Amino acid sequence: MKYIVAIIQPDRVEEVLSLLTEKEIHLVTVANVLGRGRQKGIAEVYRSHKEAGSLLHKVKLEIAVNDAFVQPTIDAITKGARTGQVGDGKIFVMDLADCIRIRTGETGGTAIG
Amino acid sequence: MAAIRGAWLRRWLLALSVIGLSGVAYAQTDGGAVAAVAAVATATNAAPAAPAVPTAASVNSGDTAWVLISSALVLLMTIPGLAFFYGGLVRRKNVLSILMQCFMLMCLISLQWVVFGYSLSFGPDVKGIIGNLSWAGLKHVSFDTPHWDVATASSYAGTIPHQTFMIFQMMFAVITPALILGAFAERMKFSAFCVFSLLWATIVYDPVCHWVWGKSGFLSNMGTLDFAGGTVVHINAGIAALAAALVMGKRVGYPDKISPPHNLPFAVLGAGLLWFGWFGFNAGSALSAGGLATCAFVATHVATAAAGLTWAVMDWMINKRPTVLGVISGAVAGLVAITPASGFVTPLGAICIGVGAGILPWIFVSIVKPKFGYDDSLDAFGVHGIGGLWGALATGLWATKAVNSAGNDGLFYGNPAQFLIQLKASLITVVYAFVVTFILLKLVDAVIGLKVNDHEERIGLDLTQHRESGYTMLD
Repeated sequence: MKYIVAIIQPDRVEEVLSLLTEKEIHLVTVANVLGRGRQKGIAEVYRSHKEAGSLLHKVKLEIAVNDAFVQPTIDAITKGARTGQVGDGKIFVMDLADCIRIRTGETGGTAIG
Repeated sequence: MAAIRGAWLRRWLLALSVIGLSGVAYAQTDGGAVAAVAAVATATNAAPAAPAVPTAASVNSGDTAWVLISSALVLLMTIPGLAFFYGGLVRRKNVLSILMQCFMLMCLISLQWVVFGYSLSFGPDVKGIIGNLSWAGLKHVSFDTPHWDVATASSYAGTIPHQTFMIFQMMFAVITPALILGAFAERMKFSAFCVFSLLWATIVYDPVCHWVWGKSGFLSNMGTLDFAGGTVVHINAGIAALAAALVMGKRVGYPDKISPPHNLPFAVLGAGLLWFGWFGFNAGSALSAGGLATCAFVATHVATAAAGLTWAVMDWMINKRPTVLGVISGAVAGLVAITPASGFVTPLGAICIGVGAGILPWIFVSIVKPKFGYDDSLDAFGVHGIGGLWGALATGLWATKAVNSAGNDGLFYGNPAQFLIQLKASLITVVYAFVVTFILLKLVDAVIGLKVNDHEERIGLDLTQHRESGYTMLD
């Protein structure tokens, strides 16, 4: 089981989510975040308003997946979020120790969905 | 399910129309209770006092104070009223674009009005179609003497200075293009917006204003009753909005992937300010402080109350829940519909008009728009266009000379001819507004392009058109 965290541009969210749905990845958590990359938040002002600390508005997606779905998820996010311009974002893949569905108490791969 | 809903709807519409018609019957016996004002002498929103040429001494301080305050109230309707009403309804990435468009119109159209707009709208008549440019730059428009039209031996407003009348009308000219922006919200280039609005104000608003309210305007001569702008403002802008929605096309992701209003509290704030300001819009159109203004004030208020309630009831019955968005849309529809009728109807007539304003726009917004799929983003056509059409026709039904002897009787008071006049004037305005707006949009599109591209639309107009953000996240 893996936990995938992706930081992408806010205007790419719709596209990424629809591509994930196409690959049968439905479960996701989305949050508004602030962040900056190597350019220290300078080069991308037109895509986002610069806040304190040169931070720019981003969206974070968090998806728990079974191993078979790791590559399709990465592909979907990359395809949806890539524009070729600086600021497209990053994907982090982490090992996931366990996953529990609260309603039923299921654990492991079946709880991931 | 659909059959049961249909039966419910028919039953309730029947109940509402029974209430409506009994309201009329009651109103007809109630006519004498409302003050008839002798001061009003034309079928428009003008209020000349004396037959002699007015002088600086004819200026009445009460009337002037009221009309000046009303001018400020109508300005309030644009910003913050309409700006926040629409601003709350769009997505957060576009909130500033709405506020900017409204604010820019205040600047742009105010100047256009002074430089030549007022002259075209209210200036000396040319063939009943338009005013001439003799008042360009407000030449001959006095700040201390009332207006006097030699050709018709009458005044727009004999007890207030000419510039008071001018500034009052300016605010109407400012808000009318602002109403249209509800149709193309979230996707129009700001440069195209400025050019289009300026052209529209000059080529559509000014002529239609002249036809209905100008001395010797041909719709005025025909006997059209439009107390405060049902035709000139709402039908005009509402139909232009439909043309704009059709020409601009849909937003990316419409209808399923468009997020809901980002700030309904803003929208309610805006609606409340619209209601407050509309007293200036309607009661100020009496151009005097007294019985007629009171009549318009009362009619405005009760019609709006009736419309808000009706829309809430429609939502409650048909969609199971009354909504905030519904009740404020209903209230605005009521304000729109009572606008042409406010100085001509009794309070009970106003309630009936309000009920109709809660029903017809509701149908267009909830049923017709999804069915036909046009993207009238903020229901500028559904509320202002349909509400305005209903109001103009309803004026032809419920108007009574007992309230305003300078008006006319409507169908329910034994004069079917007025209804036909209203219908004719409405149709002429609909055709003109639609065709000319369509042409203007195509023209602007050809020269500078109307719509932002898909990428810019997704990022949002605030960032792409103005390099600004409405909200910060951290600080």
